[in-house]
Amino acid sequence: MPAEVPISWFLTLSAVLFVLGVAGFVFRRSVITVFMSIELMLNAVNLSFVTFSYQLKEVNGHLFAFFVMVVAAAEAAVGLAIILTVFKNRATLNIDDVDSMKN
Amino acid sequence: MQLWLIPVLPLAGFLINGLLGRRFSKGTVNAVAIGSVALSFAWVLKTIFALGALAGVYSEHYFTWIRSGVVNVGCDFGVDRLTIVMLLVVTGVGAVIHIYSIGYMAHEGGYYRFFAFLNLFMFFMLVLVLASNYLVMFVGWEGVGLCSYLLIGFYFDKKFATDAGNKAFIVNRIGDFGFSLAMFYMVKNFGSLDFATVFQQAPGAPEATLTIIGLLLMLGACGKSAQLPLYVWLPDAMAGPTPVSALIHAATMVTAGVYMTARSWAIYTHAPAAMNAIAIIGVATAFFAATIGLAQNDIKKVLAYSTVSQLGYMFLGVGCGAFSAGIYHLVTHAFFKALLFLGAGSVIHALSGEQDLRNMGGLRKKIPWTYLTMLCAAVAIAGVPPFSGFFSKDAILVAAHQHAPWMYWLGTVTAGMTAFYVFRAIFLAFFGEYRGDKHAHESPPVMLIPLAILALLSVAGGFLFKVPQFLAPLFPALEAPENPALVAISVAAGLMGIALAWLMYVARPGMADSFAASMNGLYTLVYNKYFVDEIYSAAVVNPVVDGSREVLWKDVDVKLIDGAANGTAARARNIGSVLRLMQSGNIRSYATWVLFGSVVLIVAMGIAGGLP
Amino acid sequence: MSVILFLIFAVIAVVCAINVVVQTHPISSAISLVGVMVSLAVLYLLLGAEFIAAAQVIVYAGAIMVLFVFVIMLLNAGAEEKHGRSLVAQLLGAPLLVALLGLLAFFVERLYPRSVSVHFGGFMHGTPLDIGRALFTTYLLPFEVTSILILIAIVGAIVLARKEMD
Repeated sequence: MPAEVPISWFLTLSAVLFVLGVAGFVFRRSVITVFMSIELMLNAVNLSFVTFSYQLKEVNGHLFAFFVMVVAAAEAAVGLAIILTVFKNRATLNIDDVDSMKN
Repeated sequence: MQLWLIPVLPLAGFLINGLLGRRFSKGTVNAVAIGSVALSFAWVLKTIFALGALAGVYSEHYFTWIRSGVVNVGCDFGVDRLTIVMLLVVTGVGAVIHIYSIGYMAHEGGYYRFFAFLNLFMFFMLVLVLASNYLVMFVGWEGVGLCSYLLIGFYFDKKFATDAGNKAFIVNRIGDFGFSLAMFYMVKNFGSLDFATVFQQAPGAPEATLTIIGLLLMLGACGKSAQLPLYVWLPDAMAGPTPVSALIHAATMVTAGVYMTARSWAIYTHAPAAMNAIAIIGVATAFFAATIGLAQNDIKKVLAYSTVSQLGYMFLGVGCGAFSAGIYHLVTHAFFKALLFLGAGSVIHALSGEQDLRNMGGLRKKIPWTYLTMLCAAVAIAGVPPFSGFFSKDAILVAAHQHAPWMYWLGTVTAGMTAFYVFRAIFLAFFGEYRGDKHAHESPPVMLIPLAILALLSVAGGFLFKVPQFLAPLFPALEAPENPALVAISVAAGLMGIALAWLMYVARPGMADSFAASMNGLYTLVYNKYFVDEIYSAAVVNPVVDGSREVLWKDVDVKLIDGAANGTAARARNIGSVLRLMQSGNIRSYATWVLFGSVVLIVAMGIAGGLP
Repeated sequence: MSVILFLIFAVIAVVCAINVVVQTHPISSAISLVGVMVSLAVLYLLLGAEFIAAAQVIVYAGAIMVLFVFVIMLLNAGAEEKHGRSLVAQLLGAPLLVALLGLLAFFVERLYPRSVSVHFGGFMHGTPLDIGRALFTTYLLPFEVTSILILIAIVGAIVLARKEMD
């Protein structure tokens, strides 16, 4: 057990969280759960940014993470509004049923 | 000196009448059209007086048109004595015919369009004459061909008129092809298209080169000036209004070939084979066309074949080295042929559209002024002294005898035939009893005054304009001893022609028909113009048209090109329908594909980065 | 001590993330996601990102996730049904995910030697002062643009949701 945390562990954690997010996106059928997986992916990436900022001893990574947060907020707002609209129209929260773009 | 004003004034007339003429009154259209030509003529006179006794060339350079490594061509105008002669003919006779057209076209539709095109033609013809390099001349050359097409097909709702326009343009293109090849050859050998440069280098160039250039230019001249074998468009061009026939197909456009040949004398004098070819074609055309003119019944067709024949005379003149004689005949021919055409137009106008000689007769008393002026033209063309035609034709025939005596004899026989067919037309139209059923009325003064002016020029032109002396410093001198015997023989031939015509058409009216009946085969051949049009149709036109339709259209265009284009579209559609299966509408499968792609990308970047 | 902190909260984060993916009811997923975010905030503190940690808790866990919970309540989303399938996702999904994880881990291990390490106080420039200075000088334009972005998002959300909810 090393005395300090190697930086690669943070990145590995970020990778693991990211892959879990993708797994949620690919395998879950409820729209809201898919959305939450997207937020999980964004958080994983934020961790990456902050880690790199530590490594390079610059504050720019923090700024990137900040902007990612802002955009995620905006996206969450609009996305949830869309989900509401789709629910009102299709009465379903299953994304496999929303396939009118077929062919 | 502002030479550019001379062609640009008619161009301005074309633009004004063409764009706005629809709304103008007839008076305004007249003022614009005739005003522009009259102003141009006045400017020509001013230029002549300003230049004085011009010995060399006065040129103006406007802008550089083409600047490439091999050849530089500028927009240059130049005036020398030959140009002065041509300018006077074009603007002077042109102005007179414009005035005549006011009366002739008064009841026709498309009034402003006619005058717009006529002005455009004047522009191009003046560019042709003023040019001082072959390329600018070619611009004018092509332009007059275009205007000829537009004006022949002026009555565009009649198929024979539009067909005639097409024929004129297409046959001219064959000649233009020769002209273009000559220009290419000139660039290759002399590196320039300027008259000054080319003519300066011509004496030193090899004779074979000059002969090739000369023959190619001659091909161009054959097309534009209706010589064998490209004369077939001129008789059909009579479908256009008569002032068009007078201006374009008698006085100016068709003489462009003669002008071009005379201008290129430096090339031709050093290529005797080409000059001889020109002379042979000229005299052969003169004889050939005269024979056809003997048997035609449409008054305009008689005059058309007469034009072809007289153009042959001009080429005979320049081909025998008598350049100034050829130009002299060009000038006098412009006077009397334009007068003949305008007079024929007056007759047609008087008879409300009748053109067949067999339905005329006895018009001498009904339209006396027309008769008198046409008589002046007829004696001029017959070469009766002291009218203008005598001087010019005599100069040519003497030079022909000098060059090759057989050409002189053929030319003299043709002179006799010329006198015969012209006076046949005069006698059939104006003498005897009226065989038609229309009420003949004399033409208005606006048509008669131009006739009178041209009649005066035909009669006295030989004395007023001493063209050979004027042009003498320009061309190499031709030693042609005056031989009174030759002159007397040619005049006698003309007088015999007149007498024979009198005999057959006035004294014994039935004699012509019995004569024709007894030589039925020959008569049919001549009457049907030796079936030349039919031969061309079968040998050249139909194979090309059929080839285009069957092979190029149906096979190449439809099957190959359309097939390729449609096939490409069909292929794209097929590929698309395969790829479409990926669009399942299912978001999760899309995400999986994205994941797949990103994994591939990461692997690729890793390998590119050098990791195993 | 940093190591222990890291391990604890990393394990919490991973467990919660697995929970997000595995749970059938959306509300359970949402609560687990909140857990992920909070543990990430602690990890940010470890990395010296004070402002970001605070922002993570306030904005992400405090606002966005609350929004998610609101919508789940509003839609009365229940446990997920089991119908509907995507052949591609089932066949290719798992192998690709494993491949992705393997690749990322591989690259991380290869590229990052164990020399650099994280401890408290290793990076002191994550204060609001530094963030503010960078935000209003270097990143001024993105800042202004994101403010417009938020405006657009608000307008879009209102327009989308309005017709259905009146």
